[in-house]
Amino acid sequence: MADVIVIGAGIIGAACAQALARRGLRVLVLDAGLPGATAAGMGHLLVLDDNPAELALSQYSLQRWREQAPALPDGCAYRSNGTLWLAADAEEMAVAHSKYLNLQAQGVACELIASSALRQREPELRKGLEGGLLINGDGILYAPATARWMLDAPNISQRRARVSEVDGNRVRLDDGQWLSAEAVVLANGIQANDLCPELPIEAKKGHLLITDRYPGTVTHTLVELGYVTSAHNATGPSTACNIQPRPTGQLFIGASRQFGTTDPQVEGWMLAKMLKRATAYMPGLAQLNGIRAWTGFRAASPDGLPLVGQHPQRKGLWLAVGHEGLGVTTAPGTADLLVAQLFDETPPLAAQPYLPQRFLKEPVYA
Amino acid sequence: MNEYADLLIIGAGPAGMAAALAAAPSAARIILLDDNPLPGGQIWRDGPQASLPDQARHMRERLEACSNIRRHSGTRVIACAGPKELLVEDADRGWLIGYDKLILCTGARELLLPFPGWTLPGVTGAGGLQALIKGGLPVHGERLVIAGSGPLLLASAATAKHNGAQVLRIAEQAATAAVTGFAAQLPRWPNKLLQSFRLFDRHYRSGTHVLAALGNERLEGVRLKQQGKILELACDRLACGFGLIPNTQLGQALGCALDDQALAVDAWQASSRADHYAAGECTGFGGSELALVEGAIAGHTAVGDLQAARQLWPRRARWQGFAKALNKAFALDPQLKSLAQADTLVCRCEDVPYAAVAGHTGWREAKLASRCGMGACQGRVCGGALQHLFGWQPSAPRPPFSPARIETLMCLDDTPPD
Repeated sequence: MADVIVIGAGIIGAACAQALARRGLRVLVLDAGLPGATAAGMGHLLVLDDNPAELALSQYSLQRWREQAPALPDGCAYRSNGTLWLAADAEEMAVAHSKYLNLQAQGVACELIASSALRQREPELRKGLEGGLLINGDGILYAPATARWMLDAPNISQRRARVSEVDGNRVRLDDGQWLSAEAVVLANGIQANDLCPELPIEAKKGHLLITDRYPGTVTHTLVELGYVTSAHNATGPSTACNIQPRPTGQLFIGASRQFGTTDPQVEGWMLAKMLKRATAYMPGLAQLNGIRAWTGFRAASPDGLPLVGQHPQRKGLWLAVGHEGLGVTTAPGTADLLVAQLFDETPPLAAQPYLPQRFLKEPVYA
Repeated sequence: MNEYADLLIIGAGPAGMAAALAAAPSAARIILLDDNPLPGGQIWRDGPQASLPDQARHMRERLEACSNIRRHSGTRVIACAGPKELLVEDADRGWLIGYDKLILCTGARELLLPFPGWTLPGVTGAGGLQALIKGGLPVHGERLVIAGSGPLLLASAATAKHNGAQVLRIAEQAATAAVTGFAAQLPRWPNKLLQSFRLFDRHYRSGTHVLAALGNERLEGVRLKQQGKILELACDRLACGFGLIPNTQLGQALGCALDDQALAVDAWQASSRADHYAAGECTGFGGSELALVEGAIAGHTAVGDLQAARQLWPRRARWQGFAKALNKAFALDPQLKSLAQADTLVCRCEDVPYAAVAGHTGWREAKLASRCGMGACQGRVCGGALQHLFGWQPSAPRPPFSPARIETLMCLDDTPPD
C-alpha cells in the first residue's frame, strides 16, 4: 500500500518521491525502464534567466542542490565548478552584460570576464573571444546515480512496471492490474504523452559526445551565449558549443537540438555539426579522442517551463513534466512546488507560472 | 582525400586476404582495410618474435603483387557516413571510403571472464599473450600457466615455448571425455591431426580451470581446480582465454542481421543486407581454414563469379564440420560463470566490481548504475563477459565505433539529409 504513486524514476520522479517520503508518506515508484533524459543528459546544474519564472525556479533549485550537496554520495559526482558563458563578439558581450545585471539584481553570484582574463581562466579557449560571464554557483552531477540515491529511502518502494493507463488517482499496469493511491504523480518525461495525450509536450532531440580522459583541460562548464540567443529559440535543427569537464577528466561535448523526430540514432551530420561548433571555440578538441556518442530527448512544453501541479481535468493526477533541458537542475524546486500544492501549503516560490492549467484550461472540479 | 572502391574489405586476416585474392582477377578496384600494421589478422600476426607459416607469407606476397588491391593498415572504421560510405581513421587522418560491395572480415576477440585476480599485472588473454610475444615481449625463462578453453591454448603455449618460456600447465576447462572425443574425430581433417601432434604438450590437462590469480602487486601464482582437486602453482604469467566472440558491431551498424551471436550469412556468404557479405570468425568461430574458404567464396561472389564461389562449397562444408565438432567439444562449463567474487572487477576501464553489476536486469541499467562499459574499451571486454554470465544483450553499436579523434568525426558531411 502506498499513499502516493510516482510514475517515472528519473530525476524528477526521484526528487518528488524523496520529498514526499520525507513528509512521512509511503511512496511507490513505477518505472518502465525506458531510456529517459536523466540518463542521456549532461547533469548540468545551471541558473537560466530567459524569463523570470525560469530564473526563479532554477535559482531556487540551485540553492537546494548546494544545501543537499554534502549529503550526496561520491557516485553522484557533484561539483560546483561554475558555468562560464562565452561571448564571441560585441553583441554577445552585450547579452552577457545584461544577464549579469539581471542576475546580480536577483542575488545570483556572477562575474563578467574580460577578453584578456578569459584565457587565464580557460587556456584552451581560442584567442579573440570577446569575454564571458561566470556564474559561480552553477555545478554538475551524475544524474542517474543521484536519482538512485534519492530513491534509496525506507518508505519508498520501487517497481519495474509499465503503466498503460492513468485515471485520476488510479493507474493500470500493462499486465491489467489496477493500483490506486491518494495521489498519482506523472513524472515520466517524454513518455508522459503516451498516458496523457492532451499534454502539449514535444520531443527535442539532443546529441552528446564524451571524450577519453584529459584531466585539467577544462575547469568550468563552457557554454556559448548563442545557446540562449539561437539554440533555445530556433525552430530548425541547431547546435551550440557546450563543453563540460567530468570529475573523471573526460569532457562532455554538446549540444544539439532537433524537432519532429523520435529516432534515437546518432546522426553523423548532426554530430559533425555539433563538434565543429565546439572546436570553433576550443580548437584543441579536434585532437582529442571521442569515445562514445548518444542521443536523448528533452520533453519540452511550448513556453519552456515545466507543468507542475494537479491536472485540471483529472483529479488525483499530479503533473511534474515538461522540463526540457532543465530537469536535473530544477528537480528539487519541482519537488518542493509539487509537495506544497499536495499538502495545500504556501510554496517556496510562486506556483502560478508552472501550473498545468495554462495549457489545459481551468479545473473542472471544485 | 576521399576514396572509392568497387569492393571494400574490412579486416585483413585469413578471411579478408582470401576474399581480396579471390576478387582480384576481376580487376575490380579493391581496398583491404585493417587496424593492424600488417595483414594476417590475429592468427598470422607478424612481429619481431613471430614465425609466419608459408601460406601466410605467400598470400601476403600475392596481395602485394595485385595492383588493383590497395591496403590501408592501422586503419579503423569509425562511422557509417552514408548509404555505402564509411568514415575511417588511421594514425594521421580521417577520411571517407565509398564502395559498391563490402565484405566484413572483422574476426573475433577473446572472451575474458572475470575471476579473482584477473586484473593483476602478469595476467593476459591466451591470444593476448601470443600477440604480445609475437610483438616482442620477452618471456625467456618465465614460468607460464595457460588456461581457459579451445585450441588457442595450445597455439599460445607453442609460441611461448618457442620463445623460451617454461609452460607449467595448460588448463583446458572441457571435460576429458569431450576432449578425447574431439581428438578421435581429428583424422577427418588430417592436417589438423598433424597440427595437434605438433602442438601437443605433456602439461595439458583437461577438466581443469582457473579459480584465482594470486599475488599482491603482480601475479605470483595461480589456483586451479584440476579434475576436482584444488592446486596452486607459482608462476610469472597467466594467460587465460575462454574462446572467441565474433566481432559483429560493424555488421550490426550496417544493418546486417545476427544469427545467435554471429553475423548471419547465406551460402554465398551474403548478409541480410544487399551487397554486404561476411566471412570468417565474425560469422562464427571456425578456425583459419574455414575463414579462408569463406573469404574466397565471399570474394568470388562479390565480383560476380558465382561458379568459382560454388566450387568452394564442399571445402567449406568440410571445415564447417570441424568447427561444429570444435564448438561442441569446447562448450564452456557453467561453473565458469561463478568464478567472480563480489569484489572481482568486471569492468577494468572503470574499476567496476562484480557486486555493482550483479542483480541488474540488463546491460543498459547496469551501465547507468555502475559506469560498467563506459571506459575507453566501450564494453568490448566486459560486455562480452556479461553477455556470457547473465545473457545481457549489449546495446546496438553507435558511432564512433572505436575511439576516434574529434577531427575525424568532423569529416562527416554536416548537411542535414532531405
